[in-house]
Amino acid sequence: MGRVVIPVGPQHPALKEPESFTLYLEGERVAASNVTLGYNHRGIEKACEGNTYIENLYLIERVCGICSHSHSTCYITAVEEIAKVEVPKRGLYIRTLIAELERVHSHLLWLGVAGHEIGFDTLFMYSWRDREVVMDIMAMLTGNRVNYAINKYGGVKRDVTDDQKEQVLKAVETLEERTKYYIDVVYEETTLINRLKDVGRLSNEDAMRLFASGPMARASMIDRDTRRDDPYLAYAEIPFNVITDDHCDVLGRTIVRAKELIESYKIIRYVLKNMPQGEISAKVPRRIQAGEAFARYEAPRGEDVHYVRANGTDKPERVKLRAPTLANLASITNMLDGGYLADVPIVIAAIDPCFSCTDRAISIKHLDSGRENVLDFEGLRKYSIEWYKNQGFDASKLNKKLVL
Amino acid sequence: MLLSLFYIFVFPGLFFLSTYGLNVEFIDRKLYARIQNRQGPPWFQQLADFFKLIGKEGIIPTNADKGMFTMLPAFALAAVSATILYIPLWNVSSIYPFKADLVVVLYLLTIPTVVFFIAGWVSNSLYATIGAVRTITQLFAYEVPLFMALLGPALLAGSWSISEIAMFYYKNPLLTLVNIPGFLVAIVAMQGKLERVPFDIPEAETEIVAGPFTEYSGRFLALFRMTIDIELIVLASLVGAIFLPFYAPNNLWLGIVIYLVKTLFVVFILALIRSIMARLRIEQMISFCWKFLAPAAILQIVINLIVKGVL
Repeated sequence: MGRVVIPVGPQHPALKEPESFTLYLEGERVAASNVTLGYNHRGIEKACEGNTYIENLYLIERVCGICSHSHSTCYITAVEEIAKVEVPKRGLYIRTLIAELERVHSHLLWLGVAGHEIGFDTLFMYSWRDREVVMDIMAMLTGNRVNYAINKYGGVKRDVTDDQKEQVLKAVETLEERTKYYIDVVYEETTLINRLKDVGRLSNEDAMRLFASGPMARASMIDRDTRRDDPYLAYAEIPFNVITDDHCDVLGRTIVRAKELIESYKIIRYVLKNMPQGEISAKVPRRIQAGEAFARYEAPRGEDVHYVRANGTDKPERVKLRAPTLANLASITNMLDGGYLADVPIVIAAIDPCFSCTDRAISIKHLDSGRENVLDFEGLRKYSIEWYKNQGFDASKLNKKLVL
Repeated sequence: MLLSLFYIFVFPGLFFLSTYGLNVEFIDRKLYARIQNRQGPPWFQQLADFFKLIGKEGIIPTNADKGMFTMLPAFALAAVSATILYIPLWNVSSIYPFKADLVVVLYLLTIPTVVFFIAGWVSNSLYATIGAVRTITQLFAYEVPLFMALLGPALLAGSWSISEIAMFYYKNPLLTLVNIPGFLVAIVAMQGKLERVPFDIPEAETEIVAGPFTEYSGRFLALFRMTIDIELIVLASLVGAIFLPFYAPNNLWLGIVIYLVKTLFVVFILALIRSIMARLRIEQMISFCWKFLAPAAILQIVINLIVKGVL
């Protein structure tokens, strides 16, 4: 077989969200690869400018389905910094608790996805079964399994009772036992090691050069963790280790995530033990004074960054967010090239991608002329109406009726 | 004449094979699910899936070879179904035994794999083509160890007929213990032939969608799925007949029960292997088969030659 071009995505069983990877294959080897973003842009940053701060809380929570607490906390931290609000200690501790439970939930989810991508469905089923334990704990603490909505400006909405603490500790015990088993599996299972070792190599220098973040960077021996380097919430008071690994491949990323789970259990135990008494939230005005702030947050997938500029009204002037996947996507072609086609899904999955958080804008590329143009909302609407007219369905009249 | 038709179409032919095939797939999926701590499907799931697929529209890609595309599933099904007539089931002797039927059975069992390759090739789709190439690459890796693993027992029995091999080991049950390495090799190679984890490389869904079957739908896909189910039974019966020589020649019902237990035992081992491993890469699979599986099969042949010399 000569050189074959294989599209992985926008629709492909290996990808949970639409994103396009074009692979140039020589036999089973990937000779070159190309990533195209922009299939899932939702315009959240723009929408934030039109909403009040309260409304944004709900919108930002929905940037990501898995790390919803990360985005919401990061955004709220920035807004609170502008408003110069002192959040009560207990509120910060509860936020930290939820943040770590979310990390547990996200890493267990990733372990399952990784298992599925290499055809190890038993690992997938086991770790997703354990993920249910965390999700039930989340539902008990916050009322929701996915978008927890426990944050509010100045603190949190719900307190944690002693009874709930007991249940969390019990769940953490079960999870720790099972996580230790998974760590054994990762170190000992031959087929698993065969599939993960030396796959998707990203050397320390490349990881530095391409701005890898989170577990990706830590698996390439970059000792970097926002929780320790730039403490937010209650992390300054909590002792924990930053896990690094020198494998520089997918196996290293698996080990880092599995060991981070153990650290998270330690943090959860510490938070529950040392949670101070007192108020859980402070009052915050509806209008935020003019100013700007920049917040960093160690999300399960890497460093999440939010920038907010306020102009004294009840709506932000600009919200800018950078999800960790954007930082990690830069290194993906580096890792895919020279590898096997069979390793493409696991290499992509190893950055724990969340494409909808990352996607930026719509750009249309004309394949025949190579011309590119960007559509604004009006143009997009016109284009869709034209397209449906050609299909024999006039949507413009329908819309008029709706407006009336 | 009437009895022959009964054998071919009802028992142990097409009707028995398809119903038992669906049930075995259910047992396989249920075991897999229970090992994974899941509930698993209800007993009629396979039947429902099969009839649902039959009722669906079968889409033929415009640039595929229409004749080949529609004919191939039936061809594969016929090849595996014919095999059962030469394998001893409830009795020591198969229904139509003849000299050297082992060779015929092995060749008939190669046909489905080749059909999968051609099916992927004529589909004229990227994923199907890559799946097809992987199918045929994998064939070269597991086929030789499988043949050699079955050759060992045949050498010791001094016959190319499965029925005579079965009779030999039925009379000398202790000699079966000599064939244990061959049994293990055959089990692993079967996993490759049936394209199951860790050797499900040709249809690795996260890489190449459904491999050779990517473009197949409706009744064509249903026939392919049925082929794979029947292939599982045929292979389990073959391995059971050669390596597990337990029969009840004078009692039909006891014989059938023993046959079911034997095949289910093999299916259980296969389900266990499937659930505790990750999928290998094609080059890892080939090096494993040639580095470990083929030498183990040769070892079996050497052992059997020595034992034959001693006897």
